[in-house]
Amino acid sequence: MIDKPIVDQLDQVFILLERWIVSFLPAGWQAVASVVLNVVAIIAVFPALFAIAVLLERKGLGRMQNRLGPNRVGPFGLFQPIADGLKSLTKEDIVPISADPVVHFLAPVFLVVVVFMGYAVLPMGRNMTLVKMDAGLLFYFAMGASTELSVFMAGWSSRNKYSLLGAMRAVAQMISYEVPLLMSSVAVVMITGSLSLEKIVAAQNQYSYGLPHWYIFTPWGFAGFALFAVAATAETNRSPFDLPEGESELVAGYFTEYSGFKFAEFFLGEYVGMLSISGLGATLFLGGWSAPLAILGWVPSWIWFFGKVMLSICVFIWLRGTLPRLRQDQLMNFAWKFVLPLTLLNLMVAAMWRFLGEGWERWVICSAVLLIAYVAMGRIGMRHGHIGTRKYRYAE
Amino acid sequence: MLGEGILKGLAETARNFVGSYVSKERMTTVQYPEERIAPIEATRDFPFLVYDGGDWQAGMRCVACQICEKECPPKCIYIEKSKDKKPDALGKPQFYPAKFDIDISVCMSCQICVEVCPFEAIKMDTEFELSTTDRFGGLLLDRHQLAKSNQHYHHIHPTEAAEVDARLAGEKAKTNAKAKAAADAAAAKSAAPDTKAVAPPAKVVAPVVKPESQEA
Repeated sequence: MIDKPIVDQLDQVFILLERWIVSFLPAGWQAVASVVLNVVAIIAVFPALFAIAVLLERKGLGRMQNRLGPNRVGPFGLFQPIADGLKSLTKEDIVPISADPVVHFLAPVFLVVVVFMGYAVLPMGRNMTLVKMDAGLLFYFAMGASTELSVFMAGWSSRNKYSLLGAMRAVAQMISYEVPLLMSSVAVVMITGSLSLEKIVAAQNQYSYGLPHWYIFTPWGFAGFALFAVAATAETNRSPFDLPEGESELVAGYFTEYSGFKFAEFFLGEYVGMLSISGLGATLFLGGWSAPLAILGWVPSWIWFFGKVMLSICVFIWLRGTLPRLRQDQLMNFAWKFVLPLTLLNLMVAAMWRFLGEGWERWVICSAVLLIAYVAMGRIGMRHGHIGTRKYRYAE
Repeated sequence: MLGEGILKGLAETARNFVGSYVSKERMTTVQYPEERIAPIEATRDFPFLVYDGGDWQAGMRCVACQICEKECPPKCIYIEKSKDKKPDALGKPQFYPAKFDIDISVCMSCQICVEVCPFEAIKMDTEFELSTTDRFGGLLLDRHQLAKSNQHYHHIHPTEAAEVDARLAGEKAKTNAKAKAAADAAAAKSAAPDTKAVAPPAKVVAPVVKPESQEA
């Protein structure tokens, strides 16, 4: 096997680096300096990942449509994000004459701030949590919900009816999908018995027969993850739920009146939010920083966390390349009449899982309940037109 | 079952994603400035003025009749008729355009000027890389910029140019025959040596017929 101390050092490389840097400072400053270092690391790493995600998206979508994607800036277009960043920095910043300048300025700043706040509680590796909070999940959702305020600030302060409509759509959508997002996470809290994201990862970081105890490998966890993924896609305004900012119909919706770097800030906020919610999904259902197989335990924990996040980003891109945009009524029906009832049922299934005891019965019962509910609700929903294609009463 | 369509769609995009790396036929992108595909023969964008022979001013087919100027729907053509007359390809004295401007920022490439021209003097070009830093002067083309040789016309639209040449040759043969008949009639009246004096016009026709013989 590989030398244990080296493996441990590699796993904790960032922690050791931080301690080494901090050790140069006087004792009184060390606590503050360590926090500042952590914050700077987060603020540096995730925008870098954002640049990679945008490049991946543009290249990946291009390939799905049999195009090349950006290939002019640098080898294989690898420096495209830098060019995009420079472009947005040099563009003119236009504020509409009738806009509320203060709120108009604050909206993108606020978005970026709350989105980055979410990272405070995400465990990005063994001992790599900025704030070890007992109510970490609660804090995360509080910060996640604040993005709606920023969206509405942007829409309202622009004094443009299209911006306002976009903001209304976005807020309606985000609040609707916030409920299933929370509900699907509550199942995890019920099983773990803690709101602390550290403890949730620790509970999943166990192996039997070399296989991990990730929650996605249980019936309620699988259903919970699927529902979480749907809600997270809608929450981050991603395709197919991207109608608040549908480029082809609303011209970026609530941030129509933004240009230059403020526009880039919204863009950044959106992608960093996507990375953050991917991180939360990985933490809750995919075992956070734990390895997918016991024998892979020697690989540094942070590689697993960031690998899982980037994998989710790829799935987001794949979905965007595949699915057409939903209509507002389809979106709402899907949230309230399909996703929400299933998350409620999933809570009950999680409770059943907890009390049916160890054994094969709970696997069969829980899977059967969820599968039957999924098929039946799909059929009923399709028949009544809650989901699927819309039936026009007067047309034709 | 609910979600089947989504899975099918995901499989389709995945197939395209992988296929784009595997098969070359899927990728239809042409890397434009470095790679080019030859334009199809029917390509057209903005008009140009055709001239015969080597000198653009002497060989200009346009006689400044101003029909195209009047017919142009967006009024992008501006012509000033000359005061004097110059001999055209046939040697017949004609007016010529002292000024012939086309504002290609206004032109809508409708080809009506080409349709109405009785002298086959204006044709559609295929040059599309016309970007300029001067959006007023740079896009207003004068007669020198517009004048392009018949060889160029043959190069960009071979079939059409061959037809035009055949038609012009036919017309010229007709005028020649007429002139010859007139000359013969005159010769019949007068003495025999006079017929030789009619010969020169037939020689003037030669440069115009030349491109057609190249085509054949």
